[in-house]
Amino acid sequence: MSAEGKAIRPAATGYIGQPVPRPNARRLLEGRGRYTDDMVLNRMLHVAFVRSPYAHARILAIDTEAARAVPGVAAVVTGRDIAEICQPWVGVLGHFPGLKSAPQYPLAVERSCWQGEPVVAIAAETRAIAEDACEKVLVEWEELPAVVDMQTALAPETPVIHEELGDNLAFGLELKAGSPEDAFAKTAVVVEETFSFGRHTGVTLEPRSLIADFEPGERRLTVHHATQTPYQMQDVYARHFGLDEEKVRVVAPDVGGSFGLKLHVYGEEMATCALSILLGRPVKFVADRLESFLTDIHARDHQVRARMAVSAEGEILAMDVEDVTGIGPYSVYPRTSAVEGNQAIRLMGGPYRMPNYHGVLKVVFQNKTPTCQYRAVGHPIACGVTEGLVDMAARRLNLDPLEIRRRNVVTAEMYPHTSPTGYFFERLSHEECIAKIEAMMNYSSLREEQARLREQGIYRGIGFATFIEITNPGPAFYGVGGARVSSQDGCVMKLEPSGRVRCSVSVTEQGQGTETVMAQIAATHLGVKLDSVTVLTGDTQATPYGGATWASRGAGIGGMTVLRAAQALRGKLLELAGIILQRGPETLDLREGVIVEADTGMARMDLAELGRIAYFRPDTLPPDFHPDLTVARHYVPQGLPFAFTNGIQASHLELDPETGLVRLLDHWVVEDCGTILNPLLVDEQVRGGVVQGLGAALFEECLYNEAGQMINGSLADYLLPMASEMPDIHVDHVSTPTQFTPLGAKGVGEAGTAGAAAAVMNAVNDALAPFQVSLAQMPFTPERILRALGKIPSS
Amino acid sequence: MQVSMEINGKAVSIDVEPRMTLADCLRHHLGLTGTHVGCEHGVCGACTVMVDGAAMRSCLMLAVQADKAKVVTVEGLSCDEALSPLQAAFRKHHALQCGFCTPGMLTTAHALLSKEPQADETRVREVLSGNLCRCTGYTALVEAVLEARDAYQGGQEA
Repeated sequence: MSAEGKAIRPAATGYIGQPVPRPNARRLLEGRGRYTDDMVLNRMLHVAFVRSPYAHARILAIDTEAARAVPGVAAVVTGRDIAEICQPWVGVLGHFPGLKSAPQYPLAVERSCWQGEPVVAIAAETRAIAEDACEKVLVEWEELPAVVDMQTALAPETPVIHEELGDNLAFGLELKAGSPEDAFAKTAVVVEETFSFGRHTGVTLEPRSLIADFEPGERRLTVHHATQTPYQMQDVYARHFGLDEEKVRVVAPDVGGSFGLKLHVYGEEMATCALSILLGRPVKFVADRLESFLTDIHARDHQVRARMAVSAEGEILAMDVEDVTGIGPYSVYPRTSAVEGNQAIRLMGGPYRMPNYHGVLKVVFQNKTPTCQYRAVGHPIACGVTEGLVDMAARRLNLDPLEIRRRNVVTAEMYPHTSPTGYFFERLSHEECIAKIEAMMNYSSLREEQARLREQGIYRGIGFATFIEITNPGPAFYGVGGARVSSQDGCVMKLEPSGRVRCSVSVTEQGQGTETVMAQIAATHLGVKLDSVTVLTGDTQATPYGGATWASRGAGIGGMTVLRAAQALRGKLLELAGIILQRGPETLDLREGVIVEADTGMARMDLAELGRIAYFRPDTLPPDFHPDLTVARHYVPQGLPFAFTNGIQASHLELDPETGLVRLLDHWVVEDCGTILNPLLVDEQVRGGVVQGLGAALFEECLYNEAGQMINGSLADYLLPMASEMPDIHVDHVSTPTQFTPLGAKGVGEAGTAGAAAAVMNAVNDALAPFQVSLAQMPFTPERILRALGKIPSS
Repeated sequence: MQVSMEINGKAVSIDVEPRMTLADCLRHHLGLTGTHVGCEHGVCGACTVMVDGAAMRSCLMLAVQADKAKVVTVEGLSCDEALSPLQAAFRKHHALQCGFCTPGMLTTAHALLSKEPQADETRVREVLSGNLCRCTGYTALVEAVLEARDAYQGGQEA
């Protein structure tokens, strides 16, 4: 018992809250990451796709003869071929009454409904051969009229994309609380604007990738898949290909970014699995960047007519919004494309005490790439509309933008609080966040500087955005609607014979630092050193079943599975130690990996010794004692449908009225994710989220022509935020732990994206204020700014 | 076609199709999968390697064009024992999340600091602007590169 003899004091908080660097960073820095495309399997084939060149067209004939003749081609399959072994899917959920969509197949069968939809799949010895063979496929098309403009999608003269559905309305919703009509009729000030949020896309740097490997003897399918949600995909593959669930294994190796993009069902992935099943060989698909732009889910694409009623004192009395959003030709499976619009109209006005609300949502089909959940689902829409209107009201009433927010936010004594749309807030910290950001950015001196520079013809703007964020979702999100998307998660924790700890969790890692945070929680609550814990994620065969990582649920929900497992294993270890040491387990403690006497801290034995006895000399233990040194614990989110977080962002920028260029100077965020488990990781989550929001505000937009063709589907044409355009992003926190879990952690992944674009919009309009013009169409390109200023003719 | 290169200090001779990019050659023929391919049209920078000391997009270069060249990939940056000072600074500053852009960021920064060890923040941001990162806010990346400058003083290539 080597540890015997020294005293170890109990840890105060352990590793929680420590800025621990990620242990897996070293591997990635040395070029030893293992992403899906890095893997090579024996007899592996590569797939390439023939895609629809039209936004909407009927397939009259497909001639694959020449393609089949290309040396090295193993198979050429059409939509009809694959439909024979793969059940189609329909992206609807029971808790969105009236939501409709058409059956979707891996490859288009009779019609293609967007440019880029896969039509023919070719598996060959190399990707290059597969692409060569794609060139030889002849598809005879009959082009059909395309529904492009979402504003006319519901007009009687517009063709209906799926005739059997009756119209192009996928989903409609109307919400009403209080008496909005009265508020608008009686109030002093009504501000009104139409906000446009451009269609953009996630652009994970690692494209969608998978290798499907079917073993026909036992009908086992193993899929190495760059996915956020291995269990959801296991379920999808099992059900749609008629396989036994336990014989489907989905393994997510290193994943190069996800942002919500890598949890949807895509035709290419299903077709790749189908080819592997048909051929009995591994098949790899890695999207190239041009394919990514046309087939990765797109996001946003909302136009919102909105107005806000405000009293003469600046009190927000009511909002009235109508959100029209275009989702492409299908509601995406299995999470549906109604969720973003639903959240957008429910989050409107969320930070404020607004008593009256009316919201209308129209989710329409169009012949463009399908849209679905992407980081901060719905939040930037609600935040942009609300915060834009708040600034308009402040300007009308000559109130400072921070002051009008201070007068309206839900205040400390009002919690718990329910919003007019039914969202429940346990406790938020708007007032503290506002106070903190004001000090952090030296607000008053920034305003003085702004006034001084304006006299010199320099136009700077300051904009704020208060936001709320949905995190830690429970079954209310998908499960209640019938989707087989788990909201519970699990952790299996075991003591290795060496005394080290292996922790297998169902939440997954795509670079956020999940594995680090889980190790911090395990080490803290078990009572071992951090470097003795190894965390395994992303393999349905080796980890317990769970929802995995999306909607900012990894830390809060996954963390609780680890906390529960650590506490349970700790109990087992102390029980065993008590038997070996012949004393009551309550007199012992586990600290830094050593069993100590609880009262004195005197070391008695380390975990390696405990492991040695339990695994190799159990004959020395009492009869009928069976040490359980592996425990499994699950966690179901309790008490709330979701845990809300909150915060405020501020943007400081300079606008050149001659060129229309916007230069971001600084960006500040104060946010409240409850208990901060690792400040290094939390701050970078916020910063990374902000950058994606800044992209939406200034750069990113999927542009389509009148025929429904995407005209900027390359990284050369689709602009993204790069290092030189990005401001310093200053992050600070208020911490209001949720009382519903002992961990107290809420999520943080959406916060930056939720509010960044709105803050920029308000800063742009602040800079434009001397010119008496404003903008409400994102992104705020130089062209749009110059048009607003009348420097170039309006379109 | 037969191509001879020195890759990470070792002589390599291989037979490639003329149309094969250097990136695909490194990844699929030589197993050097640290070099990542993010766009295949020269914009994202993930595939950046050093060719005769200059940062190059290996997706825009054919393998045959690298004949007789000295190529350094991310695998060639660290010694067996320890991270290079640049890699260590990335780790310390949490300058990576998913890690997909990281090899290109490292090779780009290494090429810059090897030539301009005094590069200031503006210069670092300017040069890194050819490399796309979708996870971080870039701040930590810039901080890491600035901190690593010390190791490059005096012409020493870390």
